[in-house]
Amino acid sequence: MQYVLMIYDNEGEEAALAEDEINAIVAAHSALARKWRDEGRFLGGDRLQPSATATTVRMVDGKIVMTDGPYADTKEQLGGFYIIEADDLDHALADASAIPSVGRTIIEVRPVWA
Amino acid sequence: MNPAQALEDIFRREHGLVLSSLIRSFGDFDVAEEALAEAVASAVETWPRSGTPANPAAWLLTVARRKGIDRLRRRRRLEERLPLLAAEEATLPIDRSDSSVPDERLRLIFTCCHPALSPEGQVALTLRTLGGLTTAEIARAFLTSEATMFQRITRAKNKIRLAGISYQVPSSEQLPARMESVLAVVYLIFNEGYSSMSGNELVRVDLCQEGIHLAEMLVGLLPDEPNVLGLAALCWLTEGRRPGRIDSAGELVLLADHDRTKWNRAAIDRGLVLLQHVHERGIERPYVLQARIAALHSTSPSHAATDWGALVELYISLYELRPSPVVALNHAAAVAMAEDESAGLALMEPLAGALAGYQPFHAARAELLARAGRPVEAAESFRQALTFPINDVERRHLEKRLGEIEGR
Repeated sequence: MQYVLMIYDNEGEEAALAEDEINAIVAAHSALARKWRDEGRFLGGDRLQPSATATTVRMVDGKIVMTDGPYADTKEQLGGFYIIEADDLDHALADASAIPSVGRTIIEVRPVWA
Repeated sequence: MNPAQALEDIFRREHGLVLSSLIRSFGDFDVAEEALAEAVASAVETWPRSGTPANPAAWLLTVARRKGIDRLRRRRRLEERLPLLAAEEATLPIDRSDSSVPDERLRLIFTCCHPALSPEGQVALTLRTLGGLTTAEIARAFLTSEATMFQRITRAKNKIRLAGISYQVPSSEQLPARMESVLAVVYLIFNEGYSSMSGNELVRVDLCQEGIHLAEMLVGLLPDEPNVLGLAALCWLTEGRRPGRIDSAGELVLLADHDRTKWNRAAIDRGLVLLQHVHERGIERPYVLQARIAALHSTSPSHAATDWGALVELYISLYELRPSPVVALNHAAAVAMAEDESAGLALMEPLAGALAGYQPFHAARAELLARAGRPVEAAESFRQALTFPINDVERRHLEKRLGEIEGR
């Protein structure tokens, strides 16, 4: 089965990290992605630019309306994602638990439709 | 017992065993449930004429598998499973009365109690599949509508299918955490029954019995697991005290005032036997500690003669494993008995913030204040306890105590 692992971070906490801390987290992510790739289970994924760069597109009264900013104005924002192949939910949850954490990271695991 | 009731009992008893095996075969809850329902319908028709088979579970399994295969053929779903199932079917003896049914209930309970499901979903699905209760019965037991309960069960089953929750006993590294979730569900079912003894009791399925039944099933499946033995013992020991909890007038009786001759000794003995089976290494596990606490109460000749010092120690051990304010409250209550009310109250005061929304805190504190000769504060606490939604029996008890305090 395919799962998307959506990583929600507190952007404020992330911005406060020192450069070597950021580098360590990035290295840990690279190692994890490499492991999944070697196992043939990595289907995609990356870090996202901060939510300040997001644009939300809505259909209002049949017209497209664009607004600056993310869909939900919450402290935790989608900061990155992985798409992986896993045997079952337990397998995917174990993968999610292995994701390097930025402060109080929250990871939402969702099966892909199919 | 009339024949219809006897059949009903057999179906209830064998439900979890047969269903777990069918889910394993079909890989689908709905197909398995529908196939079993058809097999039960055909049993209702044929058994009264041909007699109940020697092994009802094997009979039900054989018939349900055929019905399920037919159903799958009609639906043209899960086609890859069909050749496999058909091959298995061909090897089944015609008369399965002497063959055993593969027991897949452990897989089933781990799936039903998967922490990725909502707690209400876990409870409902466990009662539905392993307890063999109907959706209507579960709805009544939890005082909700059948439509709500149906939705809850459907939602849980859909998540199992769509999110890929697998049908297997967890790996050894996942086992402790997943076991925790199974035990919590069973205990919740038992407690829901125990704490809700109210005017509504008659319309409710006996959840205490259901919890005990599930706990005993777990003991059968995992006879060496300390927490499983502890949970089953805890349920039996608590159940054993149940007859003393309500007096002849239907009023709630505090543990201190129980007529201990009314206790169910057979239930208590079963609890003690289970506790004896816990291996030395397991005696400090959380459910075992709780069972040992219950056992101390259940084996004391009277409230006063209870070994309160030992209880205090057990609560301290439990608090180290489960540092919750509720455990701290129970510890404080035991200290109040081992030492005096003021020592207990001193330990309770720091919990006031954390337990402000917990009714038993106010009730316990009120009782201690009353006994410590502080009637004004006691009355205040009783009033506080009465602001919570509680059953009628408990309400009357608290009102009576409040009346006594105020000299009414």
